[in-house]
Amino acid sequence: MSEEPKTPVTMAKALNDGLRKAMEADAKVVIMGEDVGKLGGVFRITDGLQKDFGEHRVIDTPLAESGIIGTAVGLAIRGYRPVCEIQFDGFVFPGFDQIVSQVAKIHTRSAGLVKMPITIRIPFGGGIGAVEHHSESPESYFAHAPGLKIVSCSNPSDAFWMIQQAIASDDPVIFFEPKRRYWAKGAVEDAPTPLHTSRVVRPGSDLTIAAYGPMVTTVLEAASVAADEGHDLEVIDLRTLSPLDMPTILDSVRKTGRLIVVHEAWRNVSISSEIAARVQEKAFYSLEAPILRVTGYDTQYPPSRIEEEWLPNVDRILDAVDHSLSF
Amino acid sequence: MTEHVHAVHPEPDMVQLLTPEGQRVEHPDYPLQITDDEIAALYRDLVLVRRIDTEAIALQRQGELGLWASLLGQEAAQIGAGRALRTQDMAFPSYREHGVAWCRGVDPLVLLGLFRGTNLGGFSPYDHNFNLYTIVIGAQALHATGYAMGVMRDGAVGTGDAERDTAVLAFFGDGASSQGDVNEAFVWSAAGNLPIVFFCQNNQWAISEPVTTQSRVPLYRRAAGFGFPGVRVDGNDVLASLAVTRKALDDARNAQGPMLIEAFTYRMNPHTTSDDPTRYRLADETETWKLKDPIARVKAYLTRQAAVSHDFFDDVERESQALAEHIRVGCRALPNPTPESVFDDVFCDMPDELREQRDEFVAFVGSIEEVTA
Repeated sequence: MSEEPKTPVTMAKALNDGLRKAMEADAKVVIMGEDVGKLGGVFRITDGLQKDFGEHRVIDTPLAESGIIGTAVGLAIRGYRPVCEIQFDGFVFPGFDQIVSQVAKIHTRSAGLVKMPITIRIPFGGGIGAVEHHSESPESYFAHAPGLKIVSCSNPSDAFWMIQQAIASDDPVIFFEPKRRYWAKGAVEDAPTPLHTSRVVRPGSDLTIAAYGPMVTTVLEAASVAADEGHDLEVIDLRTLSPLDMPTILDSVRKTGRLIVVHEAWRNVSISSEIAARVQEKAFYSLEAPILRVTGYDTQYPPSRIEEEWLPNVDRILDAVDHSLSF
Repeated sequence: MTEHVHAVHPEPDMVQLLTPEGQRVEHPDYPLQITDDEIAALYRDLVLVRRIDTEAIALQRQGELGLWASLLGQEAAQIGAGRALRTQDMAFPSYREHGVAWCRGVDPLVLLGLFRGTNLGGFSPYDHNFNLYTIVIGAQALHATGYAMGVMRDGAVGTGDAERDTAVLAFFGDGASSQGDVNEAFVWSAAGNLPIVFFCQNNQWAISEPVTTQSRVPLYRRAAGFGFPGVRVDGNDVLASLAVTRKALDDARNAQGPMLIEAFTYRMNPHTTSDDPTRYRLADETETWKLKDPIARVKAYLTRQAAVSHDFFDDVERESQALAEHIRVGCRALPNPTPESVFDDVFCDMPDELREQRDEFVAFVGSIEEVTA
């Protein structure tokens, strides 16, 4: 391995590189979705891949999400390893039935005789000034379904490695990409960590904040501000949303005694609901304060002129930190 | 000539090669070279799948099956289509294609697990190139389409090698023709010129809804709008079903693209054993369709026109009895799964959290058994 520091790349580039690696590693990997070919995807994540791997492996599909997922199922039965792109979070729902009724169930239905090694990439989350249906965080719908694995990357290095691990997984993986972080740069590490593990990205002793996807950067900013105020926050990048990596979360909470979970998604029946339930179940006597949540509100995603107020931000996170620490 | 739109075309052209009275007739587009022995073999198939159906209904009535979806009346459509397949072709059924399963060599007992509640399907589609039953209406049309995309990417279309070129046969019904997934499958297959044949058994009823609830035009005519041929075949005529499906599959294997076959037939029984058709259709209608019975016409042909001996019919009857016994005994012997087996195949790689749930469940079930022991 070179000792030279690697050039930072954007998450978009890291994903593109990861997809390329996966396609080189396995000739059965095919990419399919709307505009993923010549255009390279509306976010250019698949840029250049059709040119290099051909139209048979990077497939511009008709404009129908159920069709994208349903035909991926058939390709998987034929022995392929499809990587589906859903163009935006709010457009996944026409494909929801095929995801939860077919992709999630076929391994069980076949008594383990048919694998569904399908990766479904979904750019998700807000903060980009978009119109309706382009800023949502639908991960809880999928985490609720048995048979699906759900992950989200927060930085270019994880993006590069996790997309390859998701594609290599014999289980179906829904891969949530924080679209507002596509252009943030970072160095890609030399080796991956296991896909379904969370990671402490900032060690601390006073309070644990768990987040994923776009919110990890925001939480780290909040932790820096809190440090100036004398509070030593530990930040966990969840990375895996289903299954959850509870040992990492519990170890941290047992150390700090306080937990805040942050996500853009709606609060009701969300990833934070599940984490709060499990932490109180397993670490009740370690808790010094109620588990708090900083999330999107249970409203429709707002018009973009007011999304900055609606989304969890540094101020809202610091407010929750104050509440927890003063309990 | 101007074509007028009717609510439903009254008498559309329908391919028929064997009349309800058992007369062989020809159709210019679908010539069928077939020997009397081959027709006798189709008769055997028809009788045996009807027997499977009869036994399964009886088992449901005896409480051995939770449910059964009867194919009565649709035997010819399914046997004709099923016997048109080559080994390497792949069939995607809904949940009523017991006749197609038979043609593929699937033991009827394999199908019973789903209806007995001992599994959710539980067989490999690769064993006989027959996919798992799919209950969500029309969903399998897209799976078949994706499979056909894979066939094309494998270069198994249009090579001229009869052992290699592969077609996909997707089954669904008149109700499913309204589903988005089926229409998306049409769009996809047409745009990709995929090696797929859509076989729609129009059995006139989607539970209680007549086909006029689903469509203003005959279903086969929808294909034209998607850009591929559609044809209506007498679904109670096994020869017509065989000839048309064989031609469609040949064309698909030869890279001629998709085709829609509407097999015009009738669901003689309730939708499932849970249904009560007296609430929505007249017995008269069923009586009329009885005159078009798919088996009677083949028997009439074999008896009057072919040199088939009485021994043949006796042999088929003996085989039918043996099959019935196999189903009756085998059904009762299907093993109950263990409670914890529900965890086994959720994932290839079971997460620790799920393993913990399983262990918790096993411990709890064990503790109850200790108390009751």
